[in-house]
Amino acid sequence: MTNVVIAGIGQTPVNEHWDLSLRELGLQAMEAAMQDAGGLRPNALYVGNMLSGALSHQAHLGAMLADFAGLTGIEAAAIEAAGASAAMALRVGFLAVASGQVDVALVLGVEKLSDQVPAQVESALAMGTDADYEAEQGLTLTAQAALLAQRYLHEFKVPEHGLAGFSLTAHANGAHNPNAMFRKAVKPEIYASAAIVSAPLNMFDIAPNADGAAALLLTRAELLPPKFPHPLVEIAGSSAVTDTLALHDRPDPLTFNAARLSVERACAQAGILPKDADLFELFDAFSIYSALSLEAAGFSERGQGWVWARNGAIHLDGDLPIATLGGLKARGFPGGATGAYQAVEATLQLRGQADGAQVPGAKTALVQSLGGPASTAVTHVLKVFNQN
Amino acid sequence: METTTHDHEHVRLLKTEHPVGIVGYGAYVPRYRLPAREVARIWTAGTGGLPIEEKSVPGLDEDVATMSIEAARNALARAQIDPRDLRAVWVGSESHPYAVKPTSTIVAEAIGAVPSTQAADWEFACKAGTEAMVAAMGFVGSQMARYALAIGMDTAQGRPGDALEYTAGAGGAAFVIGPGEESLAEIESSYSFVTDTPDFWRRQYARYPEHGQRFTGEPAYFKHIISAGEAMFEATNTKPEDYAYAVFHQPNTKFPQRAGAMLGFKPEQVETGLLVPRIGNTYSGAAIIGLTAILDIAEPGERIMLVSFGSGAGSDAMVLRVTDRIAGKPELATRTEEYISRRTEIDYAEYVRMRGKLTMK
Amino acid sequence: MDIPRHWRLNKQRYALVGEVCEHCDAKLFPPRDICPECGKEAKTLFQFSGKGEVYSYTTVYEAPEGYAEQAPYTLAMVKLAEGPLVTAQLTDIGDQKPAIGMPVEMVTRLLRSATDERGMLIYGYKFRPAVAQAAQAA
Repeated sequence: MTNVVIAGIGQTPVNEHWDLSLRELGLQAMEAAMQDAGGLRPNALYVGNMLSGALSHQAHLGAMLADFAGLTGIEAAAIEAAGASAAMALRVGFLAVASGQVDVALVLGVEKLSDQVPAQVESALAMGTDADYEAEQGLTLTAQAALLAQRYLHEFKVPEHGLAGFSLTAHANGAHNPNAMFRKAVKPEIYASAAIVSAPLNMFDIAPNADGAAALLLTRAELLPPKFPHPLVEIAGSSAVTDTLALHDRPDPLTFNAARLSVERACAQAGILPKDADLFELFDAFSIYSALSLEAAGFSERGQGWVWARNGAIHLDGDLPIATLGGLKARGFPGGATGAYQAVEATLQLRGQADGAQVPGAKTALVQSLGGPASTAVTHVLKVFNQN
Repeated sequence: METTTHDHEHVRLLKTEHPVGIVGYGAYVPRYRLPAREVARIWTAGTGGLPIEEKSVPGLDEDVATMSIEAARNALARAQIDPRDLRAVWVGSESHPYAVKPTSTIVAEAIGAVPSTQAADWEFACKAGTEAMVAAMGFVGSQMARYALAIGMDTAQGRPGDALEYTAGAGGAAFVIGPGEESLAEIESSYSFVTDTPDFWRRQYARYPEHGQRFTGEPAYFKHIISAGEAMFEATNTKPEDYAYAVFHQPNTKFPQRAGAMLGFKPEQVETGLLVPRIGNTYSGAAIIGLTAILDIAEPGERIMLVSFGSGAGSDAMVLRVTDRIAGKPELATRTEEYISRRTEIDYAEYVRMRGKLTMK
Repeated sequence: MDIPRHWRLNKQRYALVGEVCEHCDAKLFPPRDICPECGKEAKTLFQFSGKGEVYSYTTVYEAPEGYAEQAPYTLAMVKLAEGPLVTAQLTDIGDQKPAIGMPVEMVTRLLRSATDERGMLIYGYKFRPAVAQAAQAA
């Protein structure tokens, strides 16, 4: 397979964009990415989105966004894998370019969660769970994560506020990201006194729902002009794995098996071990997901992932920086668009363009998106690209 | 007081060709309790006498269908029969969840009695449960069916501040009626006494019932219960002393005590079946849930008289005799007393929310 | 109104009817047709006892659309005696505190409150603290 490089990136701030529609948000990110790539025009568009039908009465996003972006006529489709939608769209774009069938692929993650009231948004997000056997019982994604966290804390005797570090780190990092929804560090006392949303999760254990669009332009290095303005970043590994849809159908609900397998395969493809990564953009929709993702990637034994949150090892200057530009917790959770943001942020890090949030000398990034509690896991390994 | 106007020559006992009886029984009472003093606190500044101690209140996720399903499961556990052998599932209530779509089919599906079964909903104010039982007696006694399930269950409402609000409770019972030789209590005979008496009614689209206040007493409750009871004594040639227990429709504490005394029963005979002080008036479930409490402790050979009352109006009287087969049956399912002592007290505000008296739109 | 979708699940919802795999005897809820244990066909219906214990629980205060009238409510993952884990509401808790390991039993209840005056009533399984124990605690 041929190399696949990220030639352009673009993103809107993550926020409640009352004045911007889905198509307008999408266009902003697409134009920014194409411009960043020196005006390169794609011949395919892959859109990662989860809820446009449920919340905006709009399906058929491929045709809509290609048309709206003045790319009418190109190949275009929407890809859905719950929270991992944009990551899956990135994989599809990667496969299209790597196969040689598509020269330039534009990958867009776009989502609007603010056009309906929260009760409807929660109901729509719950469509990513088992509709007949989970959602119908009144389960939300938050309640599902709470069930997971409650059991985890009980089985592994995690001390009170043991998961706080994930949230605090994310917020500290978000302060350096001009596109993040929350840009202020949070003190531990604030975390400790926060309102319980669904025990044991408090407000700070849960990523905020928001709108956003982020895009990446993928192509083969040889199609780019010689003096290309940015350091090139390649997608060196890509893997998507599924697990049982319903959390209750897992033989061991406390293991993110799909996340584990996708990390192993993506890393094997990229010729690295997970510990070789200089940063890990994990899917911190809930603090418990962070702990379980670290365990799944092999950084901890089962039940010990929470220890990473304690001692600063996940800070920008630590052994394993996570959520380097705020993660889902501080940059925000724009639903199915999230995977595109994670890839854009990892690219900024590898280009050395992360400013105040820069991980020094970052050369390799592990990027992972999850659909639900790793019912789908999509992992990419991004590397600084050496033409030779 | 003139209480009986029946003409002896027109007493017609309802007796089956073949012996029938109760093969299994089960009760259900929800967990929540509203003390009568809470209703008084809101509506009479805490003054006035209280007709009962407290009444049962169904949870937000309960209704006549869910409650009937549980009582039916208890009855099946005691009957120890395959639910597919039921040939009828009949639910009597004045608070069916749907005006059109039977509660009975939901119950039949849930207990596994479908598809080869008769199913229908019954209504006759508070005696819809015993109606279903009398029909089941006929179904089984004529050998159209080996087993039929008859249920009386209610979550009826009283208008806020009205006298009925103190007592309108939730609960009821289910009975698997089957052949006499399989019964833990044989139903020896039945008698129904009916007139057109407008003591209490609810129009089609009205939310709460209307009632004639004092008119509901002598011309309604007492006339029908006493007439039916006396007719039963006469037709079966029995006297109050021949019975170990008597149980009546119980809209409040005083009425069934007085009815018992008027028929010649002693307070001890009426006591066991008198549940209204602690769970309120369970309408179609009232007399029959009293019967389940009796069956939980009755001994072989003991006779029970049951007289229900439904406004509109009528009474179904039954004479039952407990058999040897009662041994070991009560413990096969949750006993009525266990349901009654499972209680969480609520206040009037929680009650108003739970009973849907708040307008949410 | 989702009529057929709910109606298809009557047996599962009302009575916790699942499947037993004839090949490896695994008890499956919900029914899956392909046994996750041995990969073979599983189509024989199996009636679960309804007995189980709480594996995990949480209380929902911010309910999704359609459930606001019931809030707050407690959700649990319940480990059925026969093996499978199910997600369901806990009901009739009263003043008891839910706890991991608490013995529970299945009851059939309204899954959505009846405040919508025109719609279909949806019934399904929930779990409550076993009644015999409640009577002892009272």
